Amino acid sequence: MSVVVMFFAIIAALAGWWLARQRLTVKPWLEQGVIEGVPDFGASRDPAKRVGLGFLLAVVGSLFALLTGAYFMRRELGDWQPLPVPPILWFNTAMLLLSSIALEWAQRAVRRGSRTQLRLGLAAAAVFAVTFLAGQLLAWGELAASGYVVDGNPSNSFFYLVTGLHGLHILGGLAALGWASVKAWGRGGVESVRLNVELCATYWLFMLFVWMVLFSLLAGWASDFVAFCQQLLS
Amino acid sequence: MVDATHGPDAHAAEFADAELYHPRSWWTRYVFSQDAKVIAIQYASTALAIGLLALVLSWLMRMQLAFPGFLTFIDAAAYYQFITMHGMIMVIYLITALFLGGFGNYLIPLMLGARDMVFPYVNMLSYWTYLLAVLVLVASWFVPGGPTGAGWTLYPPQAILSNTPGQEGGIVLMLVSLILFVIGFTMGGLNYVVTVLQGRTRGMTLMRMPLTVWGIFIATVMAMLAFPALFVACVMMLFDKLLGTSFFMPAVVEMGNLLPHEGGSPILFQHLFWFFGHPEVYIVALPAFGIVSDLISTHARKNIFGYRMMVWAIVIIGALSFVVWAHHMYVSGMNPYFGFFFAITTLIIAVPTAIKVYNWVLTLWRGDIHLNPPMLFALAFIVTFVNGGLTGLFLGNVVVDVPLSDTMFVVAHFHMVMGVAPILVIFGAIYHWYPKITGRMLDNRLAQLHFWVTFLGAYLIFFPMHYLGIMGVPRRYFESGDISFQPPSAHDLNIFITVMALIVGAAQLVFVFNLIWSIRHGKPAGGNPWRATTLEWQTPETPPAHGNFGRDLPVVYRWAYDYSVPGAAEDFIPQNQPGPNPPHEAPAMPGGATS
Repeated sequence: MSVVVMFFAIIAALAGWWLARQRLTVKPWLEQGVIEGVPDFGASRDPAKRVGLGFLLAVVGSLFALLTGAYFMRRELGDWQPLPVPPILWFNTAMLLLSSIALEWAQRAVRRGSRTQLRLGLAAAAVFAVTFLAGQLLAWGELAASGYVVDGNPSNSFFYLVTGLHGLHILGGLAALGWASVKAWGRGGVESVRLNVELCATYWLFMLFVWMVLFSLLAGWASDFVAFCQQLLS
Repeated sequence: MVDATHGPDAHAAEFADAELYHPRSWWTRYVFSQDAKVIAIQYASTALAIGLLALVLSWLMRMQLAFPGFLTFIDAAAYYQFITMHGMIMVIYLITALFLGGFGNYLIPLMLGARDMVFPYVNMLSYWTYLLAVLVLVASWFVPGGPTGAGWTLYPPQAILSNTPGQEGGIVLMLVSLILFVIGFTMGGLNYVVTVLQGRTRGMTLMRMPLTVWGIFIATVMAMLAFPALFVACVMMLFDKLLGTSFFMPAVVEMGNLLPHEGGSPILFQHLFWFFGHPEVYIVALPAFGIVSDLISTHARKNIFGYRMMVWAIVIIGALSFVVWAHHMYVSGMNPYFGFFFAITTLIIAVPTAIKVYNWVLTLWRGDIHLNPPMLFALAFIVTFVNGGLTGLFLGNVVVDVPLSDTMFVVAHFHMVMGVAPILVIFGAIYHWYPKITGRMLDNRLAQLHFWVTFLGAYLIFFPMHYLGIMGVPRRYFESGDISFQPPSAHDLNIFITVMALIVGAAQLVFVFNLIWSIRHGKPAGGNPWRATTLEWQTPETPPAHGNFGRDLPVVYRWAYDYSVPGAAEDFIPQNQPGPNPPHEAPAMPGGATS
């Protein structure tokens, strides 16, 4: 619940900050003529796609915040038995981190105008991301083999649900990355891929952050942290 | 559609900077179109078609309540299936889809002076995903066991227990359909929001946007944050149903067998469902508020009273609606103090909502009111929303809600505020914008007939239902039989309600006939039949051609409500008219009285 509250507080703060800059106190019935150079028109010079990605991330963030909230509520109910963390998750985390770094590097390559580095960065990012997904599947296999099946304890169910949804989001990201690669290998210049690469990098960074939060949740540290905070408060 | 005055070359040149997509064949122009106007019509037609199905379902339910046993094919299972599908279709697949997918798509680009939505391809995908969701929903009639009968709230555990109708395939299809709907909506929602932020024409500041766009904008933002809750709830329930997990399912002994589930929390589902479910009320209401504001201002020939207040109220209602969800759960056994908190937030929402109602009434005051069909529906909406809202004040209080919660009172309240009221706005909006969409007017006499039967009939249906509720007549019952606390008059009232429901339902066929007949035989409308100020009425062609605004995009010089400006040549000044500057003295303008 507190996670949901926190997420929506952040969203509300962002929305409030944005609204506060929108001249919502003007009296439009008194103003005539073209209003130029005001903050609310063309305030954001960002391309529409970047704004769109921002809202998409808000939706994805809302999804995972609610899942996390549900996780905490369900966890309180007594029959919860924590799951051992498969060690391969550490490797997977590293893969996702490397994938994100590769995309940052590809972004730099665009700025430098280097086509080979761009291609290398995109390819590396894709390889690392696919390795991450394969690693997640291995983790599933390991857990299932040692008897932690999806309909066992609710902590198992949450593990499969949360990692599955996160994996699907990475898969969707890979589709976008694929499109960027098609353009990078195509005839258009490096500049034509700039926006695609930047959006992919942002998305990857966000999904990396989400994964870090989810990982700490599944490994139980988040609960320890929450318990610690509760102790501090009481 | 492409205007003949410019050659194809000129056409290409004028849109070159807009990166506008151009249809190349009949298929991409009318079926797999990326033009927001076509997508809007597709959304609206699909929503109205599935809505007619839900209307028939409500007829069947009313027949069962008034004349139990008369229609022999309605058994208890069928009755619950009708309830479930009627509720879900009306709330999600009709009203939400029509307001946001239909009006959002049609009006946002036109009202803001944009050529199209910012992501036309994603917009097209949004419609086809929505259509798929509808088809999956309808498919549940054709699987063994039929559609789910879990009630539109799909509460576990009963939603997936074996005595609930549609337990085999219906519930799975319902959940899959909802998941698809959320995905499709998110794709559309990104378009609506980003178009409002990035697609406005020169001079169209946020505070010059018509309130319709404000309503749809804020509602879309809310929906994008609230629908993930429905998504999560549906995915988790699918896990419970298909994989035997225990997110929501407690240990259940069913027909002597212990089910595999244990320890799950049905309350968790309720929290997730209503975290979506309550914002959903305002996701529907805010576009309705916006549209009504524009209808009233246009047809009363007066500027909207308190434009800024209207905008702020929309934003505040949108924010508050996220902290009231648990008022749907007073009877779930939660801590009374928890309920007390939610009762307070619920009642606080009445403040911005009341501001809106006062502003509508003050807009009407000393206006030049034209009782055109759109205006009639707008007025009917105000009355109905106030009525439904007042019973909401009853139900928002824990102590009143607990005894009334399982009675027809809730059905009556809910239908007044979320059924009848938004539907009246949808009708008003269709009568208002149909001339722009088709170039022809709807027939006025049929419209008047449709209005009066619908408006009066809806009251004759739902007012008596409040009395039934206070009398204690329970909702959700397939048949009540002989219960001592129900006097025979309660049954007579039930018959009366059913007869009225049949009549009101039949009146909608008049509306559908009018829609179809007027496409060819309606009076030609011209570009701006209501003499309105907003940009969609200033397009060079009616219906607007591909690209909406011909060679040059309009430039906006004023707000959307310059009606009856003192000293102006006409009683309206379009937003894109630069001058002549009329004497714009603040004291002469009721809206500017605060300045």
